[in-house]
Order: sequence, then C-alpha cells, then structure tokens
Amino acid sequence: MPELTFREALRQALREEMLRDERVFLMGEDIGAYGGSYAVTRGLLEEFGEKRVKDTPIAEAAIVGLATGAAMGGLKPVAELMTINFSLLAADQIINHLAKIYYMFGGQFTAPAVIRTAAGWGQLGATHSQFLEVIYSHVPGLKVVMPSTPYDAKGLLKAAIRDPDPVLFIEHTLLYGIRGEVPDEEYLVPIGLADVKRPGRDVTIVAYARMVHVAMNAARELEAEGVDCEIVDLRTLRPLDIETVVESVKKTNHVVIVEEDWKSFGVGAEVAARIAEQAFDYLDAPVVRVGMLEVPMPYNRNLERHVVPDEADVLAAVRSVVGSRV
Amino acid sequence: MLKDQILTETYTPPGRHREAGLTDEQVVDMYRKMVLARAIDERVWTLGRLGKVHFVLTSAGHEAAQVGAAFALRPGYDWILPYYRDMALVLTLGLSPYEIMANFLGRRDDPCSRGRQMPVHWSARRLNIVSGSSPVGTQVPHAAGIALACKLRREDRVTFVSFGEGATSTGDWHEGLNFAGIHQLPVIFFCENNGYAISVPFRKQVACDSVADRAAAYRMVGVVVDGMDPIATYAAVKAAAERARGGGGPTLIEARCYRFTPHSSADDDRTYRPREEVEAWRRRDPIVLFKNYLMASGLLNEDLDREIQAWARAEVDEATDRAEACPYPDISELYTHVYGS
Repeated sequence: MPELTFREALRQALREEMLRDERVFLMGEDIGAYGGSYAVTRGLLEEFGEKRVKDTPIAEAAIVGLATGAAMGGLKPVAELMTINFSLLAADQIINHLAKIYYMFGGQFTAPAVIRTAAGWGQLGATHSQFLEVIYSHVPGLKVVMPSTPYDAKGLLKAAIRDPDPVLFIEHTLLYGIRGEVPDEEYLVPIGLADVKRPGRDVTIVAYARMVHVAMNAARELEAEGVDCEIVDLRTLRPLDIETVVESVKKTNHVVIVEEDWKSFGVGAEVAARIAEQAFDYLDAPVVRVGMLEVPMPYNRNLERHVVPDEADVLAAVRSVVGSRV
Repeated sequence: MLKDQILTETYTPPGRHREAGLTDEQVVDMYRKMVLARAIDERVWTLGRLGKVHFVLTSAGHEAAQVGAAFALRPGYDWILPYYRDMALVLTLGLSPYEIMANFLGRRDDPCSRGRQMPVHWSARRLNIVSGSSPVGTQVPHAAGIALACKLRREDRVTFVSFGEGATSTGDWHEGLNFAGIHQLPVIFFCENNGYAISVPFRKQVACDSVADRAAAYRMVGVVVDGMDPIATYAAVKAAAERARGGGGPTLIEARCYRFTPHSSADDDRTYRPREEVEAWRRRDPIVLFKNYLMASGLLNEDLDREIQAWARAEVDEATDRAEACPYPDISELYTHVYGS
C-alpha cells in the first residue's frame, strides 16, 4: 500500500471530492498561489482554477458566513481557517449560525459546509497554540473530527465533504508531516466511529489526534513492563462513540484518558463522566486524565515543553491506575 | 501591486525636512534608527536560520514609515498599539536593542512578556505600548477604547494604532473605526500597506482602490503617504496628532511601503511575489533613499555613514550577546500572571 503524509492524504481527499462533485469548492486565506499555510491545498489552484480555489481576505467571520451561505445555496464549500485560534473570530458564525441553520429553520435549509482548521503548538505563543475543540464539541448541530493518521484523515475528510451536516475538521499541525499507509482505492471513514488502534487487555488509553501517537509510544514501553494497553482513538469528538470506549473498559477495567488540551471541562472530563454513567461497575481503579498544564501556552521552549503532556506523563498515569497489578 | 504604489525615486528637494518641522539633528537621528532597525532585522533573520529564534517577522522595508511615525509621537505619553511588523517603531519609541533581542530569543528579560508571548507582540508599560494578540486587527477596537478613555478623562494623549492593509478587511477593524468616527475620538489609524496579506495581493483583499478611501465611511480624514519617505510619514502623523489633540477626531493614514522579507521566517514569498516586483521595490530601499537625501542636504557623508553602520553593528552585537546570555524564564514562574490574585 502506498505511504502518504497526513498533508498529502488531505490533499488527495480534497482533490478526489472536487473531481467527483463539481459543487465542492475551497475558500480561505492563502490557499491559492501560496498553497495554504500548511501546504495542504498546494497545486489545487493550478488544477481547478480560481473559481473553485478562492483566496479570501483576512476575515474569518466572513469566511464561515460565506461558506454557510454557499452551503445553503446548494454548494459544498470547504473553508479553511488558518488556525483554530482564529476560528474564535468566526465563533458566532460557527456556533450561532452554521450549527443551527437546519434546526432553527425546521429542516428547510441545510448548511453542509466543512470548516477545515489547524491546531497545534511549537513556540507559537498563547494565541497560536490552543486546541479549542471542546468549545465546538459542546454544540449540538456540529460534527467535530480530529484524526490521528493519514488513512483516517483522508477517509474522514471525504466523509465530511459528503456529510449532510456541518463538520469542523481539525488537523494537528505536528501531524502534517507523518507518513502512513493510504490505499489507492476509494474509501470513506465514517464520522462518529472510534477506532481501536492497539488491542490490549490491561488498561484502556483513550486518546485522539497526536496523543494517539504519544500513547502508542508509551504502550510499547509498558509492554516491556508486562502491561498490555488498548488504545482507543476517538477520531470524532461529536458525535462521540462512547460504545467503543465502554466495550474496551469492560475488558480492561482500567482507563487513562489523554488529551493535548486543558483538562478542565474537557474531552477527558466528558469521556470520564460517560464511563461513570455507563461502566462504573467495571472499573477497578479511578479514571485518570492526562492533559496540558492550565496556563496560556508560553512561547519559551522550556516552559512550553513543560506544559504539553508527553510519554512520561502517560507512563506515570498508566502505572498509577494499574499499580495494583504490576 | 497597486498601479500607483511606486511614488517617487528620490525625496526632493534637499532640506525639505525643515519645512516639516524637523531639525537637522532629528533627521540624522531618524537615519540612525532606520539603520539600527535594519541591522537588528538582519541579525534576527540569521538567528532564525540558525534555529535560535523560532519565529521571525521583520520590519525591513517599513523603516521609513515606522521611524517617521515614531518621531511625531510622544514616547511614554501617547498610547501606542503596534502590530507585529513594528520593530522599528518600538525601537524608536524607546525599546532597547537588548530588550528586542531578549524578546526574539524568549528570555527572562523580554520586556513584553518575560518569554510568554510570541516574538514581535510588542508591549512596554513604561512606554504606553499596549500588547496585542495574534489575530489580525483585534487591537483596533482596543485603540478606540483607549482613546475614548482619554477623551472622557480630558487628557490630550493621542492613541496611535498600526496594522497592515490585510487587517483592514477584518470586522474588528471596521467596528473600531466606526466607533472612533461616531465619537470623533483622538486616534491615529496607521496602515502600513505593503501590498500583501501574507500571499494575498491587495486587489484580492480590498474592494476599493486605496485603504485611505475607507475613511470616508467613518467620518474621518483619509490620507495616502509614501511610506518609503520618513519625512512624509512624519508630517502626516504629526498633522493627524494635532488634529486629534485639537478635537478634530481620528485620521486614517495609509503609508505605502513594501516588505523586503517574506511575511515571516515560515514562508517562501517566491510562490506569490514576482522577483521583478521585489527588485523594483528594493531599488527604493528607504534607507538608501534617505541616505541620498541626507547627503544631498549636506547632513551626511560617507565617513559619517560608515560610522553609523559600525555603531549599529556594535549595538546589535552587544545586544545579541547579552540576550543570549540571559537565562530562560524559570519553570517555577510558569503560573505567574495567569491570575492577578
């Protein structure tokens, strides 16, 4: 099977959907000649022209507002917001409009726009290094996707473009360069399904996006200690596939949730609450969460490294929940 | 590129700064600041290539616009809300080369945030320079708010807020100008129009022919100046400051200039800017043009110029060495300033 980078897999998904459906078009800042801030759309202007690859002014609210309008008007816009941090400038359009068009107007209109955006860190300071997926995952009417591998990225983006509902598609900036197998033949990854990335029997590690890779590295180390980790990649945050998590917990009886975000009121809190509601009797130890320290992200390299969760944090968390066993 | 954006080849006639109210000493000092700013930019760009500075944005090409503007303001008295390209501005207003280097290197002595915020998000309480966040144009409503406070407190401080032309497409920008226009607030809106919002050219960002045209919608004066000429910029900002202090309300100034580097250390401008265009603007390097002007005015010769260049290099060397020796902020300070109590 050919190997592609995460970025190439996304570009392939966009290209295939643009070839398949002429209603699909792209809009965003610097996506044309420049090829996108993270080079995802490189080459698409040359192939599809300015009608379908539109550079926009710096106007996030307008980008999402226009995408919402174009979607209501019968097109399939894929709008790019340079980073999720700047999505806050469009939060009104996303939360008050895009998410609610279908419901508020009694199903008369749909707004099946895809909003692609990037989240990550790497000495980019407090207002370039947030995740914020939690804010959007809170909102009924939106679907929120955050893939970890090139395979999932491509399949989920194609599914998002075909989805009848608005989808916020969040790409981790530190994953763009990773490589993974992506088949030549057409496939979709359904939105709303988690994926067991590593089967195991002792402890369930729930993660998503880059933290899946951090968890996989930790799992290899833990294997040498005789701890067999099962890694559940959520892939979609809303709708959340809690069934896959609960099935895993029933098997392992131990849970660590890893998120690359502040823990307060976060994805880990939500998953832990649902485990408490649905699988409390299966737990042999309290659920433990791993996340970022609760400060705005500092620019300085040493401070930043200290803030972001890493393998050592996952190892410590897993050892703490299975401590009675090893 | 705007069709009329390249305005003149040289600043003529010699001695014209005196008509603008600038002394001979002041214009030579302007030149020193421009040379120093360029030397800092060149050093920081190198440090970026060496991996010592993670993210670099320069003011190169904008020096005349920024230094000219700074000379028309009162450091530590007027309020300044700069944007990320304004290193030459904040240098002229009083941040030292050492402080600027400490900012780029994320060190403990970074005056803006002690290593918390990204480089080039300038701020200094002692100079009334107010920090902004990374989303573009968001400082504009803040400026209107500060000016409102000054007006209500009957202070004669002027608020100066700067931004690129890309910011003039944002909602915050229009909302800020509208409010300032309604209340005729003492603000100077200073646009450094270099023709590109990262890669997107002016004609795909702005629906009218000039940023200054947008002033008409907000009941304020809009002027276009040659941002490669510090005297022209000085005169425009000085007139705007006098208008603001005299109760004449806000002014929108569009200083047309060009950036000599890519948007940041993270992009390659060859994909979106024709080399001939870059070269044409390079021939209007404000530092070279201003040097020629000062020589024609009898205020500079090659010896003095060499002296100034050597002084700038020495300043940058010293600032770099000191900043590199300055420790990182300690991890024990990580939570300092998350909350005030």
